[in-house]
Amino acid sequence: MSSTAATAVRYVGQSVKRLEDPRLVTGHGRYVDDIMLAGMLHVAFGRSDLARAAITRLDTSAAEALEGVHAVYTAANLNHHNDSLRSSLHPPETPAPPANMLADGDVRFVGDPYVMVVAESRYIAEDALDLVDVEFEPLDPVVDYEVAADSDTLVHPELGSNLAHDLKVPNPAQREVFAEAAHVITETWHQHRQTNVPMETRGMVASWQPHAGVMEVWASTQSPHELQHIGARVLGTGEHKVVVHFGDVGGGFGQKIFLGREDMAVLVAAKLLAVPLKWIEDRRENLLASNHARTEQMTVSMALDADGHFLAADVDQLEDDGAFPLGGPASPGAMATMLYPGPYRMGPVSWRARTVYTNTCGRGAYRGPWQMESVAREQMIDRVAREMGIDPLELRRRNVLRPDDLPYLVSTGLTYESTISPDKTLEQAAEMIGYDEFRAEQSKERERGRYLGLGIALYIEPTSMGMGALGTESAMLRVEVDGHVNLFMGTGSHGQSLETTMAQLVADELGVRPEDVTLHQGHGSGYGFGTGGSRSAVIAGGAARAAASGVRDKVVAIAAHLMEASADDLEVADGVVSVKGTPTASMTLAQVAATAYKDSDALPPGTEAGLEHTARYKAPPAVHSNACHICTCELDPGTGQVTLLRYVVSEDCGVLINPMVVDGQIAGGVAQGIGGVLYEHCVYDESGNPLASTFLDYLLPTAAEMPDLECGHVVVPSDTPGGHKGTGEGGAIGAPPAVFNAVADALAPFGVYPNRQPLDPDTVLGLIASAGN
Amino acid sequence: MADAIPVSVTVNNRTRRGLVEPRLTLADFLREQALCTGVHLACEHGVCGSCTVLMDGEAVRSCLLFAVQADGSRITTVEGLAPDEQTLHPVQEAFRDCHGLQCGFCTPGFIISVAAFLEANPNPTDDEIRHGIAGNLCRCTGYQGIVAATRQAAAALREEQP
Ligand code: FES
Ligand code: FES
Repeated sequence: MSSTAATAVRYVGQSVKRLEDPRLVTGHGRYVDDIMLAGMLHVAFGRSDLARAAITRLDTSAAEALEGVHAVYTAANLNHHNDSLRSSLHPPETPAPPANMLADGDVRFVGDPYVMVVAESRYIAEDALDLVDVEFEPLDPVVDYEVAADSDTLVHPELGSNLAHDLKVPNPAQREVFAEAAHVITETWHQHRQTNVPMETRGMVASWQPHAGVMEVWASTQSPHELQHIGARVLGTGEHKVVVHFGDVGGGFGQKIFLGREDMAVLVAAKLLAVPLKWIEDRRENLLASNHARTEQMTVSMALDADGHFLAADVDQLEDDGAFPLGGPASPGAMATMLYPGPYRMGPVSWRARTVYTNTCGRGAYRGPWQMESVAREQMIDRVAREMGIDPLELRRRNVLRPDDLPYLVSTGLTYESTISPDKTLEQAAEMIGYDEFRAEQSKERERGRYLGLGIALYIEPTSMGMGALGTESAMLRVEVDGHVNLFMGTGSHGQSLETTMAQLVADELGVRPEDVTLHQGHGSGYGFGTGGSRSAVIAGGAARAAASGVRDKVVAIAAHLMEASADDLEVADGVVSVKGTPTASMTLAQVAATAYKDSDALPPGTEAGLEHTARYKAPPAVHSNACHICTCELDPGTGQVTLLRYVVSEDCGVLINPMVVDGQIAGGVAQGIGGVLYEHCVYDESGNPLASTFLDYLLPTAAEMPDLECGHVVVPSDTPGGHKGTGEGGAIGAPPAVFNAVADALAPFGVYPNRQPLDPDTVLGLIASAGN
Repeated sequence: MADAIPVSVTVNNRTRRGLVEPRLTLADFLREQALCTGVHLACEHGVCGSCTVLMDGEAVRSCLLFAVQADGSRITTVEGLAPDEQTLHPVQEAFRDCHGLQCGFCTPGFIISVAAFLEANPNPTDDEIRHGIAGNLCRCTGYQGIVAATRQAAAALREEQP
């Protein structure tokens, strides 16, 4: 038996092997497509091939007549079940596009669903789609978001404008500084359209129980309670009648936090037919019609003094919402502009954020939805450094926030707590990469005609935001009669390893082993917004800790009574309660539990029978984590090919619950950032046709493109219980500007200044060819 | 069922007989008739490798084959690798040890591909590993844990069969 006090940290901080893995590595995970119910039918959607068109004819009789087809639905028979599909994060007063399950009278992007077939197999359902007699009258689409706001063509005529959102916050102090500053430098930075691409696409199985009035749902979701919440609204029933089973979920990266129109259509059709239905999105649907992101630009002007100190900034963001943005039309642009100052003393900032509708796939959340702030700022800093002839690391050193500056009130209204450490992560990353040595090598190699580049990105990320529906999570913890711990939480782990990390927190707090704790998500758990926004470690973790500590108090009180010892003399470890220093005087948690449930007369007087506790944790407004990414690359001027040589990350997510899991989260985000800058692109042609509809056109990085990642950790505990900070999104925030800056640095000898992605070989060759023009 | 064709496929050492439509993919046959739901479909167009299984010892993409093409063959899916319920196959063990998976959706395909790759190249360099597994896509891990797992599994398998 361990002699460590149960409150001492024992499992937190260790790379505990994941409890999820035995089933997942043997093929025994239970993803939504693995659910097979008796009598289950299959759904396929017919989708528009045109970006904007009127539906002039829609006859489904031939499809309905096909053997094996049970139903064919169009807007006419489904949409009267439309209720608001608004997410809990979308305020009801903001105008939004019509929330149609199926396109009604016209289609507004390629992929817009207008018909839904239910059949005995997916094969037959797709056969039936071919028999749907539909005619479209093509209309001119709005494809280019840069001109959408001025276009007379409206994506949503109901709304009267393509401008979805315009928020302007001028700061007179900024103007004054600009008028006097030694330098004002301006550039517009462009990101390009990308998409989340979880390896498991979206999907749902829905089974209606007539008379009971219960809808049982299995879904690939990050937010089982959001599904329950909106599902109940759409079905016109109580939330207690929507039972959401949460199994394994094959990734999401933000795509599965909000409900889609297809999800709602499946729920409604399952009720109408009273037969279990399955819909599994295929990859083409996922690439064309799930959600896109990062179609945006930010125009930045920065004022500096003669020594390169940042004095003020003006930031103007424009983002493409597509036609039907997931989660509501308010873009993350407002956050992106507010966060622009990042980890620096930036001075007064004026900002504006606009979002526009186009006839393209809707914008959705993608890991680090507002990371444009870091993209634009870090690329801008490298540009400024180059124009002023200051080394980019040195320029950051001159402006980075240091402990003396903290806590820090940013001109845009944010407050950074004293527990951030951007200066330390900057220095750690510079040391890890061997900054000075690299610069020496780089200039030597340049003379020999080799083009090496180095890119830095330093950022602060607001995680675990304690506002509105996102602000809290709950945990119900029950020690069962046999001593095993069941933990019920509103999270939606889809790769983040919560079954393990939450078990580690409970293990330390309660005095058991992680394998003694089983996490249950979905049905039976208390309301929570789910997993996303780098919020589970702090918010869900806070709830798990509090629930465990409540139970531990009771365990100790009962054991003290039974053992005739003082509660203060007891410790709990590995499921055994013992008297400190006298390990022979002990009883197991199972014995305590058996007493609590089956021999309640033996409990201390006044003690409630049973061994459970429910707790809800409310997060502070934000817990900021920070990191620095530095990578190096070689550029082949003959082919335009960029090869990443080394990649280092120094991060501060406070106290690490499971270092292996933290490094894994970083690596996944970095891969997405690398893919985004160098390979991935949801291309549309001028008529709004998407050209990347398979993995042959939408290029994900493979193991061959990924460099080895080196992670360093700076640990400044946050003020939240346990001292953790969120970190799930960070990799995807830091990587794009780090990679972009490295390529721009490698291109510097050609005298060119890239300002847009992707930096694919053609673009790089084009930049080189433009040199000297 | 119109045009149903009888097939007999040995899946993880058990013979499965079935009547299949000619267009039924091997992946759907394995998932829905042999109930090997560890065979995952992430693209259904032959790029991602999630659906990889061993057919007569060769790694194949089961989304690109029809069930009728597998008639008479021996298939191993990820469910058939572990020797018993208490023991993982060295490749599976290595994926767990090295955090070679997060959401786990790509994992069955990777594990089969790595097993086949190490059979062909028991002592690969890191560069050979990276290129050897480049036919499988993972969106969660950035491949760091997968490369490390392949390295560990190679060593473990070499030890097993000197
Ligand atoms: S599902 Fe077969 S290769 Fe992607
Ligand atoms: S672990 Fe999620 S796709 Fe590989």
